[in-house]
Amino acid sequence: MSVIESKPPSFSMPSDDLSLVPFRVYTDEQLYALEQERIFRGPTWNFLALECEIPNPGDYKTTYAGDAPVIVVRGEDGAVNALVNRCAHKGALICYKPSGNVREFSCVYHNWTYDLTGRLTGVAFKRGVGGKGGLSPDFDQASHGLERLRVATYRGLIFGTFREETPSFLDYIGAELAANIDRVFIKPLRVVGYHCQALPNNWKLYAENNRDSYHASLLHVFHNTFGVVRPNMGGGVKISDSGWHHLSFTQREPLSDNEAAREKVRSLKEQYRLQDPSMMEHKLELGDQVTNAIQTIFPSMVVQQILNALAVRQIQPKGVDRTELVWTILGFADDDAEMQELRLKVNNLVGPAGLISMEDGCVGGFVQRAAKADPEALSVMPMGGHDIKGSEGSRVTEAAVRGFWKGWRECMGLQ
Amino acid sequence: MHGAAVSLHQTNESSPPNGDLALRLRIDALYAEYAQVIDDDRLEEWPALFAENGKYRVTTRENHGKGLALAIMYCDGRGMMSDRISALRLANIYEPHVYCHLTSCVRVVESTAEEINAQANFAVIRTMQEGEQTIFASGRTFDRIVEAGGRLLFKDRLVVLDSRQVDTLLVIPL
Repeated sequence: MSVIESKPPSFSMPSDDLSLVPFRVYTDEQLYALEQERIFRGPTWNFLALECEIPNPGDYKTTYAGDAPVIVVRGEDGAVNALVNRCAHKGALICYKPSGNVREFSCVYHNWTYDLTGRLTGVAFKRGVGGKGGLSPDFDQASHGLERLRVATYRGLIFGTFREETPSFLDYIGAELAANIDRVFIKPLRVVGYHCQALPNNWKLYAENNRDSYHASLLHVFHNTFGVVRPNMGGGVKISDSGWHHLSFTQREPLSDNEAAREKVRSLKEQYRLQDPSMMEHKLELGDQVTNAIQTIFPSMVVQQILNALAVRQIQPKGVDRTELVWTILGFADDDAEMQELRLKVNNLVGPAGLISMEDGCVGGFVQRAAKADPEALSVMPMGGHDIKGSEGSRVTEAAVRGFWKGWRECMGLQ
Repeated sequence: MHGAAVSLHQTNESSPPNGDLALRLRIDALYAEYAQVIDDDRLEEWPALFAENGKYRVTTRENHGKGLALAIMYCDGRGMMSDRISALRLANIYEPHVYCHLTSCVRVVESTAEEINAQANFAVIRTMQEGEQTIFASGRTFDRIVEAGGRLLFKDRLVVLDSRQVDTLLVIPL
């Protein structure tokens, strides 16, 4: 999908090879600004919240779509509205609290009020005081509501887009990848808690990291050592037809041990045993043997199942070299006491202190620091060729990372 | 009554919580030992500061305030604590750094014959290998402390971070 014809001044990609990316993309302020307009406000679905976070009319939570502050609120009619969190008057934040319940929104600055759909319902001193002052007669109140996003909900997940032409959510991610959301979110959800991790790197480095099934068993030694992900386990990589989204999964059906042994993947199995392996217990709750499934939804969302650790992650860019990663850790509403305890234990694997995820917190910073010096030098992604085809069995591929760059180029108009 | 030999068992249920100076000093010493075991990288000794089935949790004010049970680190028993330490020694990848724990406002909330309920404020300054220093964490510890074999040990240490956000990663316990 080509969205924008014009190119930003002073930058073009060095070639149409999706496996080559100049380091400038991680450090350039102009590109960052353009990403806000063309990706986060472009033809994409931004993950915003979960329906179980706002069960009742008037329940709201605040979040971001790229740099744009967004309120997600359940309306009187039960429908979910997503509104830009900025007063139509002077631009102040309407909601400065992370969550709550309201009957209407009221800006603290000059008390302009909005209903739960974002319609401007009240302007303080509209008729002035004592017949003096007041709203200009040519002011059209109806056209000064809060900016609204189109909303899509799927299996309890809430997404928003700024564009009319963004395809329906199902068409956007495709049936094959929607099937993994169906597979994981089989029952009403429960929020176990939140993590927020400040990453010292550009948001795209984390978006790539999640699509990079090549690194999983190499950087994360814990994975190998305890058999959550080993290169010789079954599974595969699925990539949407657009290339923008992916799913990498691993399941218990060992292939051959030979390749992993030849590669001498760092595994500490001989010297390292858990004194208390209870957190690695896997209660099969989804009707299959999948131990690890990482799914990305372009541009900024990850759906995660690692054993019984279920989560969605939202990537919030905060400037060219800073990113906030918000993890919403999930369980099911009907988890019994034993399952609740297992979720707390298995969540040692993920989050800012995650035994198999903490490395992702620092490795993007390693790239960011090294990339800065040489914006024209190229990052190469040759694993698995040049295309963006999925694979069965092997996850030693960078195809899904190339798929991310396809989506990025298409949105940005940098073919 | 101060100056008397103090053990938990002599602490009268009706005694004012901060009235027992010797007990307070023992708790201060436990907190100092805890901080220095971590700050001196004697992490293999860290689990032994807890009772055998002790609990250690790090969470945020955000989760704690909402009654959400999720922890950033969750150790139930010394085994899980030792596993955390062996993982950081052998498996996890991170840039070398050290902590300096600053502990203050120690308060004995309640002490009974069985256990002491104490709280303290803390801040941790993190120094990276290249010299960058930041206030990495601040917050409150909520402790249930017991005596075993003449030593005070944590039966339950809940570390509640003021910020909802952790910079980069948390690998060394707080």
